[in-house]
Amino acid sequence: MKRRDFIQMSGLGLGAMMLPNIPIMGRSVAAESFLNEGIDVAVKKRLADAALNAAKAKGATYTDVRIGRYLNQFVITREDKVQNIVNTESYGVGVRVIANGCWGFAAVVDAKTEADTARAAEQAVAIAKANAKLMSQPVELAPQKGFGEVSWKAPIQKNAFEVPIQEKVDLLLGVNDAAMKNGANYVNSLLFLVNEQKYFASSDGSYIDQDVHRIWPVFTVTAIDPKTGKFENRQTLSAPTGMGYEYLQTNPKDKVTGITTRYNKGYDMMEDIIAASQQVKQKLSAKSVEAGKYDLVLDPSHLWLTIHESVGHPLELDRVLGYEANFAGTSFATLDKWQSKNFNYGSNIVNFFADKTQVGSLGAVGWDDEGVKTKKWDLVKDGKLVNYQAIRDQAKIIGETESHGCCYADSWSSVQFQRMANVSLAPGKEPLSVDEMIKDVKKGIYIVGDGSFSIDQQRYNFQFGGQLFYEIKDGKIVGMLKDVAYQSNTQEFWNSCAKICDDRDYRLGGSFFDGKGQPSQSSAVSHGSSTARFNGVNVINTARKI
Amino acid sequence: MSVILTEEEAKALLKKVMSYSKSDECEANLLGNIRGNIRYARNEVSTSGALINQNLQVQSAFGKKVGVATIDEFDDASLEKVVRRSEELARLAPENPEYVGLLGPQQYKSHSLGYLEDTANINPDTRADMVFKSLELARAQKLVAAGFLEDQKGFSAMMNSKGLFAYYKDSGINFSLTVRTEDGTGSGYVTRGYNDVKKLDTVAATKIAMQKAVGSKNAKALEPGKYTVILEPTAAAVLLESIYFDMDARSADEGRSFFSKQGGKTKIGDKIVDERVTIFSDPAYPALPGAPWAGDGQPQEKVTWIDKGVVKNLAYSRYWAQQKKVKPLPFPSNVIMEGGTATLEEMIKSTKRGILVTKLWYIRPVDPQTLLQTGLTRDGTFLIEDGKIKYPVKNFRFNESPIIMLNNLEMLGKTERVVSTESNANYMVPPMKIREFTFSSLSDAV
Repeated sequence: MKRRDFIQMSGLGLGAMMLPNIPIMGRSVAAESFLNEGIDVAVKKRLADAALNAAKAKGATYTDVRIGRYLNQFVITREDKVQNIVNTESYGVGVRVIANGCWGFAAVVDAKTEADTARAAEQAVAIAKANAKLMSQPVELAPQKGFGEVSWKAPIQKNAFEVPIQEKVDLLLGVNDAAMKNGANYVNSLLFLVNEQKYFASSDGSYIDQDVHRIWPVFTVTAIDPKTGKFENRQTLSAPTGMGYEYLQTNPKDKVTGITTRYNKGYDMMEDIIAASQQVKQKLSAKSVEAGKYDLVLDPSHLWLTIHESVGHPLELDRVLGYEANFAGTSFATLDKWQSKNFNYGSNIVNFFADKTQVGSLGAVGWDDEGVKTKKWDLVKDGKLVNYQAIRDQAKIIGETESHGCCYADSWSSVQFQRMANVSLAPGKEPLSVDEMIKDVKKGIYIVGDGSFSIDQQRYNFQFGGQLFYEIKDGKIVGMLKDVAYQSNTQEFWNSCAKICDDRDYRLGGSFFDGKGQPSQSSAVSHGSSTARFNGVNVINTARKI
Repeated sequence: MSVILTEEEAKALLKKVMSYSKSDECEANLLGNIRGNIRYARNEVSTSGALINQNLQVQSAFGKKVGVATIDEFDDASLEKVVRRSEELARLAPENPEYVGLLGPQQYKSHSLGYLEDTANINPDTRADMVFKSLELARAQKLVAAGFLEDQKGFSAMMNSKGLFAYYKDSGINFSLTVRTEDGTGSGYVTRGYNDVKKLDTVAATKIAMQKAVGSKNAKALEPGKYTVILEPTAAAVLLESIYFDMDARSADEGRSFFSKQGGKTKIGDKIVDERVTIFSDPAYPALPGAPWAGDGQPQEKVTWIDKGVVKNLAYSRYWAQQKKVKPLPFPSNVIMEGGTATLEEMIKSTKRGILVTKLWYIRPVDPQTLLQTGLTRDGTFLIEDGKIKYPVKNFRFNESPIIMLNNLEMLGKTERVVSTESNANYMVPPMKIREFTFSSLSDAV
């Protein structure tokens, strides 16, 4: 379901349009049903074996079965009202096969018997055989050993689905009240919770049971200047994370103080919304930026999105190869650039790594959705392009003997395909704090929080906004700016990266709903970085008179 | 029971649901749909799939306490269970101050104009055949095709305890295709959407994308700046959408949308764009039929939203209409922008110097106050000089408000049905010639 359908379904007004993309799937259920145990793992194994055997009998040379129970809870409020509480649960089985050298996939909702899963397997084989007629190259998978019966659980401390709805409602209405008392004219706040209980079995001999959790508290506060009729918004500085409800229990260690407080492994929603309600009024009277070249100091709460769009996406091998040409696009980071071993993606202090094991990240799992054990690997080393993100049927193309383990499907009913791993900028090796970084900047802008974003279909030209913009003059922050967006070219931008703060400042940001594919699927991914400085970036003024 | 119920079957099932209700007010929404698709890339089929979905949602209310439960099994025991569950949830829920109660019986003017048997009967073979015709053409010309074909058929129905009943059935097919040259220096795009599969000609569409791919090879760079542009309907649709989605009265009244005015007023009655711009919705519009009722049961009538450049209406939810003491007006089920008489060729011919834009991509709002949007041109951008297409040009990033754009209108072509590349929704949009459209930087992307 698309964001707009969701907004319509949940009866949200335009305020919701300012919120991020919100896909939703499954049927709505009562919150208490989240506490029901899913199907027992022994039953899942029987259901999976029935599908594996049925596919093999029909001539499949490879089969994988995903039995998934997906829980979502969204609590949606504005000012002093709960607008909606959406609880959904979706359960079913997806079977993917290779037959006659071609992929086939079929899914069945509410599969409870071995006959159900066997039937899905047979349909998948029939589809593979039908489509094989249109294929000229058979699919070739990187070899993968089976892991037997194994399991993985996200290392959460407090399952958010076990927290009573009333406690969540109280939290949101409490922060809304604080926003209104601190001068906001309007406030929308939401809590997104996801739990994926997924079981994977394959003809390679793996039976993998996994439990994945995600949480994202968000808000938007709005202030209106009654004299001019102008309005400004300030959105949350929280990050979506792969944690439990403990993300909302902060301790002082998780806070990064400075001109505005930012958050690491714990988020103080009350403190952030009070700051936001004051800052949104400052934004109304802030100086409109003068367009030109500036040195940018980018906080991790902002930089994650630039990494996501200009590094994470172009280094997805399926884009590089053309599989996404009709929708998300292809990539400037073509195979010849990688083969040259000499393509300067960024300056020599720039190192990007992909990591599907990072604790607390959105992308962390034990095994991916085709049974590959997850790992960490380099994408850009000392500024040079060294690798991509690949799955089993692509590994051979880049001379790898195994998949990187970044295959994912957003539901039991969707076909798994290559999705972005957590892609992060390694912290600087020399000790450097944010204050020390700002001290050296003569004419610059310090940007906190993510805003408007847009990038071309090959990931060259991009434009980003933000939440808070502070003008830096001769090493000091001198005030707030507004109407700021910067435009650059990916290679130029990362080559202008002059300094990166050390690992004391390293934090994760992320995307809860990253869209890709046709029909579109959503995935969640984190991006870590420390604050980084980019020299001489083109800044435009976005104010218009109508 | 089949997934797509007839009006009589749906009515019988919903009556049974109502018979189980013990709440003050009960409303049930029923839907069923079947979707199928084929995706291809690098001149090969990459994935294909089918999805069947059926769902019953029951909402029960005790006073202003409302509970919703859903189920996808329709035997008697399941129907009773879902009604009981919604009642339990309603008893536990906090009061919803914005709950305004149910509508009584309504009259709907048109019935299921969007359902065509031919589309409903599409099977994997006909789907593969339509795709094969497209693939064959691209392969023969040594071009690289990536496309997506998706069809659907479905129905929705609702009934409530005050006697309202509504039913609607529709079918549709969307096709999109990107053709690239083997060396990656040229790219062309086409998209088509219809209720009736007979109108979809994948061969003709593929030829357009192929022509644009070959024609856009070796693009030259022009300086960014303000240009006269001719936006093909596919390009214009994604900018118009940002106006359509903003036409909510509550946000305007609250002072936080483009349609707000100083002092708590809205722009209803104000002229905001060129007087040649008229935008309306009409569920009975033959080329783009829409559902005759909104999700809450309100009838969808013909509504003019912008009349000769003047804002006539904004959407009022039933709650907000009650607060403001006006008639409620739901968001429409289709949107039609009236066109002019010019053909695209005539528009090009009349242009001294300008840019022809096939498609705009990655559109994101920059400033909600002015509706300023950013994004890029893609898959076929050409320089026009002295009434002729001269040569392909490199893609641009734009920063432009659709409001400014519709004030700088030079010429309108005939309105036609298009698919939004952002939301996948279908609209009627004319090609339009615009002066002083703001391109702010160049992109190397092809």
